[in-house]
Amino acid sequence: MNTDNTFKGSSDYVASDELMRAANIAIALEKPLLIKGEPGTGKTMLAQAVSKALNKRLIIWNIKSTTKAQDGLYVYDVVQRLYDSQFGGEGVDDIKKYVKLGKLGEAFSSDEQVILLIDEIDKADIEFPNDLLWELDKMEFYIPETKETIKAKKRPIVIITSNAEKELPDAFLRRCIFHYIQFPDKELMEEIVKVHFNNIDQKLLDQVMETFYWIRDLDINKKPSTSEVIDWIQALEIGGIPAEKIKDEIPFAGVLLKKNEDLEVVERSRRRFKY
Amino acid sequence: MFSAFFYLLRARGLDVSLNEWLTLMEALDKGLAGSSLTNFYYLARAILVKSEADFDKFDSAFLEYFKDVQNFEELPKELIDWLNNPKENPNNYNAAQDRKNLGLSMEEIQKMLLERLKEQDSEHNGGKYWVGTGGMSVFGNNGNASNGIRVGGVSQKHRAMQVASERHFRDFRDDNVLGTRQFQMAFRKLRQFSTRIDAPKTELDIDSSIDETCENAGSLKLVYQKPRKNSVKVLLLMDSGGSMDYYMNLCSMLFNAVAKSSHFKDLKVYYFHNCIYSMLYTDPTLYPGKWVETQWVLKNISADYKVIIVGDASMDPSELYGHSYYNYGARTDTPGIEYLKMFKQKYKHLVWLNPIVEMGWRSSYWTETYNAIKSEFDMYPLTVEALDMAIKKLMVAK
Repeated sequence: MNTDNTFKGSSDYVASDELMRAANIAIALEKPLLIKGEPGTGKTMLAQAVSKALNKRLIIWNIKSTTKAQDGLYVYDVVQRLYDSQFGGEGVDDIKKYVKLGKLGEAFSSDEQVILLIDEIDKADIEFPNDLLWELDKMEFYIPETKETIKAKKRPIVIITSNAEKELPDAFLRRCIFHYIQFPDKELMEEIVKVHFNNIDQKLLDQVMETFYWIRDLDINKKPSTSEVIDWIQALEIGGIPAEKIKDEIPFAGVLLKKNEDLEVVERSRRRFKY
Repeated sequence: MFSAFFYLLRARGLDVSLNEWLTLMEALDKGLAGSSLTNFYYLARAILVKSEADFDKFDSAFLEYFKDVQNFEELPKELIDWLNNPKENPNNYNAAQDRKNLGLSMEEIQKMLLERLKEQDSEHNGGKYWVGTGGMSVFGNNGNASNGIRVGGVSQKHRAMQVASERHFRDFRDDNVLGTRQFQMAFRKLRQFSTRIDAPKTELDIDSSIDETCENAGSLKLVYQKPRKNSVKVLLLMDSGGSMDYYMNLCSMLFNAVAKSSHFKDLKVYYFHNCIYSMLYTDPTLYPGKWVETQWVLKNISADYKVIIVGDASMDPSELYGHSYYNYGARTDTPGIEYLKMFKQKYKHLVWLNPIVEMGWRSSYWTETYNAIKSEFDMYPLTVEALDMAIKKLMVAK
């Protein structure tokens, strides 16, 4: 592996020191990087940023509640083959034609080193991660139908994200490098916002930040996150709201808060705060 | 190397495996920590700790182990700045010995020495070889070194000891009481798969397909079967009102988590006050009339339901043992404890969740019934860890 494989953040993704450290440790040790954190802290974005920074292709495997480990390796389309055999279609003898590689298989068989993102692994069944232990450890799997072993030509960089909806099995965790993304503090958040808005008025930004963190500290159900604050700033800019008004009036609060109860809490606190 | 740290981590309740430890050693061999304690902190944490709930344990163990190694990061400029709180020199003792104690990273010390030689021209308050204030050195600041190297008052950003000592992750420790999400996570473990459940047939049944195709004179006929689904059914009985009002938030979170757990085959919820008597209420307001007979529940809800009773089990002893008792519009002639026993007898899978995490502050007046019920049922406090245990208990017959 070339020594230049280090991640230093990218032009449109602001990574904290800690996160970059974790990413580089994972790359150096060739172990999967497991990222956990509040929704909206940019877990998925990280993989895209790493891929861009290292200039490597990104393969995304989106996990759903019905996803099985097998789907990532390969799918053997029996039904298609049976149908084809009915009509004596060509190449029915060739099992290979009916074996389609999944995302993991794709990553293994790539000639270049790629980045494999296993997104929201906790969505799947509880045993799912365990079913992938061998494959992620040895970076290979066997297809009995074709008697073929798919082995990684270049060990992919594996990034796994989790929303902590389910506990992941210990055996799986032991093989990962773990990083927990904390919600960004004001400084980091300002940096993040600046990446998205080139020339944002500092006064507006100050007001937004103050209001935003004030809201997050209130006792609300669904705390707004990074993507919401970015939408909010956009709304404020389009609406041409003067900076002084933001803190007192909290315009477009609906962009930040998605629940009625939360809006009420903010409204109530705002009045108390004002008088 | 550092193996004492490994055992300390384990002793502090972190489940670090040998595998992970060896990975850390490998990482150190590769020079991933450089010679900086901060890097080492993050490296060790990323490799050894796999849940933010354990970060705090790690932080405190780290502090304990490396407490003698205050802030020794590279700080060339700070070295000059730091002298911002010079101090009087109190009675200094035995410097030489102290210095010997310094076990860690000779490289660092040499580096600091070099810096000292280069930069220090002035100001060494306390004494015993420079980089001063306070004194007795193995490098600077407040001094009287019982082991070394803290130079500079506070903080350059992200120094390991400082990060660790801030203990940002205290709130994540999982002996904390739960949030909805954590509840839900726990309840997801409550499941048992079976194919004997009504569901669309979406899985190809190969054996039957082959049979059918043969029957069909070789022209292909596909047969599908039902996928495996969770077959767990839950009966939730919740204490409401009175002393339970203290735990209203907690209980409503629990209720939400159970109700949102769409993976149960069936969920029935009833309410009671203090103890179960002749009637169970269908609504937490406990209005007379909005109820069903307890006997009806016992007869109609089959024994394969998993039963969760939520209550603080704290009441007047007469409410548990009394023969004639009037409760929210329903008269009862059988003591509450007898009803509880009926449930225990009928349902093999039954746990009692108690929002009281610690009994300590309650008077003995309350503890009598608490202890009596605890001796009858598997009682668990409502915390993440305990709920997990309770769910495990529900999955196996008692």
